[in-house]
Amino acid sequence: MEWFNHLSLDAQNDLWVIAVGAMTNTACALVGCYLVLRRMSLLGDAISHAVLPGLVVAFVFSGSLSVVPMFVGALLVGLLTAALTQTLHRQVGVPEDASMGVVFTSLFALGVILIKRYAHRVDLDPDCVLYGLLEFVGFNLIQIGPYEFPRAMLSVGLVLALNTAVIAIFWKELLISSFDPALATTMGFRAGLVHYVLMALVALTTVASFEQVGSILVIAMLIVPGAAAHLLTDRLSRMLGIATGIAIGAAVIGQAAAVWLNTNTAGTMAALAGIAYLAAALGSPRYGILAVLARNFASSIRVVREDLLAMLYRLEELNIERAMGWPEAARAVGGGLLPRLALFSLKRRGDIRRDGAVLRLTDSGRSQAKLLVRSHRLWEAYLVQRLGLPPDHVHEPATRMEHYIDRGFQEKLADAVAQSPLDPHGRDIPQSD
Amino acid sequence: MTYLTWIVAIGTSLLGCVAGVVGSYAVLRRRALAGDLLSHAALPGLCLAFLLLGGRHFLGMLGGAFVAGLAGVALVTFMCRWTRTKEDAALGIVLSTFFGAGIMLSSYIQNMPGGGAKAGLETYIYGQAAGMIREDIYLLAVVSVLVLVVLVLFHKEFKVFSFDPAFAQAQGWPTLTLDIAMMGSLTLVTVVGLPSVGVVLMAAMLIIPAAAARFWTDRLERMLVLSGVLGAVSGAIGSLISAGAVKGWLGFDPFGGDEGANLPTGPVIVLCSTTVFLVSVLLAPQRGLLARSWNYFRLRAKTADENLLRTLFECAEPRLPTLVTVPWDELLARRAWSRARLFWVVRRAGWRNLVRRAPGGVQLTQRGLEQARRLVRAHRLWEWFLIHGASIAPDHVDRDADSIEHLLGPDLIAELENRFIAQRDASNAAQVLPNSPHELNVP
Repeated sequence: MEWFNHLSLDAQNDLWVIAVGAMTNTACALVGCYLVLRRMSLLGDAISHAVLPGLVVAFVFSGSLSVVPMFVGALLVGLLTAALTQTLHRQVGVPEDASMGVVFTSLFALGVILIKRYAHRVDLDPDCVLYGLLEFVGFNLIQIGPYEFPRAMLSVGLVLALNTAVIAIFWKELLISSFDPALATTMGFRAGLVHYVLMALVALTTVASFEQVGSILVIAMLIVPGAAAHLLTDRLSRMLGIATGIAIGAAVIGQAAAVWLNTNTAGTMAALAGIAYLAAALGSPRYGILAVLARNFASSIRVVREDLLAMLYRLEELNIERAMGWPEAARAVGGGLLPRLALFSLKRRGDIRRDGAVLRLTDSGRSQAKLLVRSHRLWEAYLVQRLGLPPDHVHEPATRMEHYIDRGFQEKLADAVAQSPLDPHGRDIPQSD
Repeated sequence: MTYLTWIVAIGTSLLGCVAGVVGSYAVLRRRALAGDLLSHAALPGLCLAFLLLGGRHFLGMLGGAFVAGLAGVALVTFMCRWTRTKEDAALGIVLSTFFGAGIMLSSYIQNMPGGGAKAGLETYIYGQAAGMIREDIYLLAVVSVLVLVVLVLFHKEFKVFSFDPAFAQAQGWPTLTLDIAMMGSLTLVTVVGLPSVGVVLMAAMLIIPAAAARFWTDRLERMLVLSGVLGAVSGAIGSLISAGAVKGWLGFDPFGGDEGANLPTGPVIVLCSTTVFLVSVLLAPQRGLLARSWNYFRLRAKTADENLLRTLFECAEPRLPTLVTVPWDELLARRAWSRARLFWVVRRAGWRNLVRRAPGGVQLTQRGLEQARRLVRAHRLWEWFLIHGASIAPDHVDRDADSIEHLLGPDLIAELENRFIAQRDASNAAQVLPNSPHELNVP
């Protein structure tokens, strides 16, 4: 710790802020992953607002800022919120979102009133409830043994350890009951108990984080890292790891940015977590918006490419030598930007070539086109012979289906319509090479 | 009662009324937490407008909040459609990160050199109803009238869209525009209410009166009116309580505030509507807890009576028309009742002259016999129907009939009876009461 004491007071404080922030964020993010998976994110939101009256009552009764009564108060009110919400929903028939809204806003209102009412006894500022006093953790140090560290670290560290321990010990139970509650019940786990254990953890985490980072960062850290990690992986262990990474990253960069912009640290961390989510939502390789768009684009351009090849094959089949420019070819398969791109890509792959004014298939293009036309005509023949559709009704479905018939399927179709080498319109069904 | 108190009371009841009305649609469409989302998401809009306009320009800031709120709602819809994030997480993400950004901007503004602290943005978070002035009431009135006119003009469309969006779409109505119009009015009300009641409690003003009104009626029009009235009343009473008016009337302060401090207006209003909500939960005629417990209790009592009568009848059946006395122990063995419960059930049936105590046991009266015969007929007709109509094994039908016999209506019994008479076989030919399909173990 020698090096630490050589730092300036500001730098020391910055490091403490980052440390406490990272611990809080991690504690929240770990529980949050389960909330996101179990679609209970908003219960996290509700509990973090609703524990306020529990805190105040604990303060009033214990007359101090000590950790234990605070935790007990928050725990009771947190569980009360979860239970009331569920009772209103299940027994009284209020829709779930409305019952949550009624319960947490009412409790929050009660909390604000209690704060004002016992203002002289409660050292709790409504503003700090919302955005916390993370900036000042470094000024409130306590000494334990030879070490001196922020008082906040004590409660936050306790909760972080508790969350980690519960997740490690009840890994299997949490996993199964989160993904398949019915299976968990048949295996004899008490899914309801797991629910309330999680709610208890949320309440404890919330209250430990309250003073330091404020309720808004708690909500952000409960939900955002978990949701971002959920976009990036399908494994629970990795999801927890990624969420922790985001939580710590938000703490480090958040404090730096907040110092630079001279603004509130907790708010900056929340906003940064949002940016991390945005990045995951856009850039995730499997579930990201860009990846989805790219997959959609790849599949549409493949269809257009195949349509172009099939069209050229049919012209060839009819021996039509027709001067065709690119715009004309593009118009023939629907027009627009996509066919032009498809033509360009066919040219680059060497599937088509320009012979004077005529577009021609190359050998590789022809064999692909043959397969496609074969799929098309086999499907038409199948629809007519086996399903009894009239011949003038089968072209449209075949133009859609042809792109999704692979080799094996083709063989099966060929077997099913073996007796006839012609399609219902009297054209040859090309043989595969 | 000062002039200012009245201003605040009028303002909060206007706000409560219009919030209750637009909130009803949100609650009905399972979008109750949209209000929470809107009020949190509006904060960065307020701050950005302050930065861009270079000062506290009231309407400009409301505009900024409006835009940011709508952007938040749009973002949630977009996330649900395009990513695997579910709606609850999407709401939470937008709410918390927008609010975080808002906090960041607002403390940036406050730390700005040159009087940024005058922005007064912090009043938007907890609200300051006591700071209402005459102009605020004009604004609230204009917004309320605007929103109510829109809701009345498009009442039919909103109604259909709320209950059956697919049908609205099939009618060819512009559902997206309707959705935006609904969300827009919700946003407008939220934004206008923010300075008075603050971020969290604005959500309460939207949700609680509507949730309370839902208990009393199944008709949308009544619910809208009721919710508006409840909102207005809570607003008025809450602001009067917080201003100490109650102390003035009663001569003492029932809430005993510290150091003469007035209670904050927003939270008191919310607790008023929570009280109304709780009263509704308890007392509402059909959905209320008391009504439901009473119905449940009545059903249980009826079931117990009927079970007693049927058991007595089955024991007495072989020696009819003589009414035998069934010993207490026999009854206890046949029903899973404690001795106390059995005595209670017998006593209740005795009051209505259905059974009478005889030495060592219980006996049906003539009146009880009539009723028991009807019950047993319902039970056996249902058993007969299950065996012949639904092909269920005779040893599996007793329990099913047990649970449904109390609920069979006269029409259904008549129908079963017709079928039975039409199809009865030789062994039952002369009977209206079918034989039991299984052993009854009569003593």
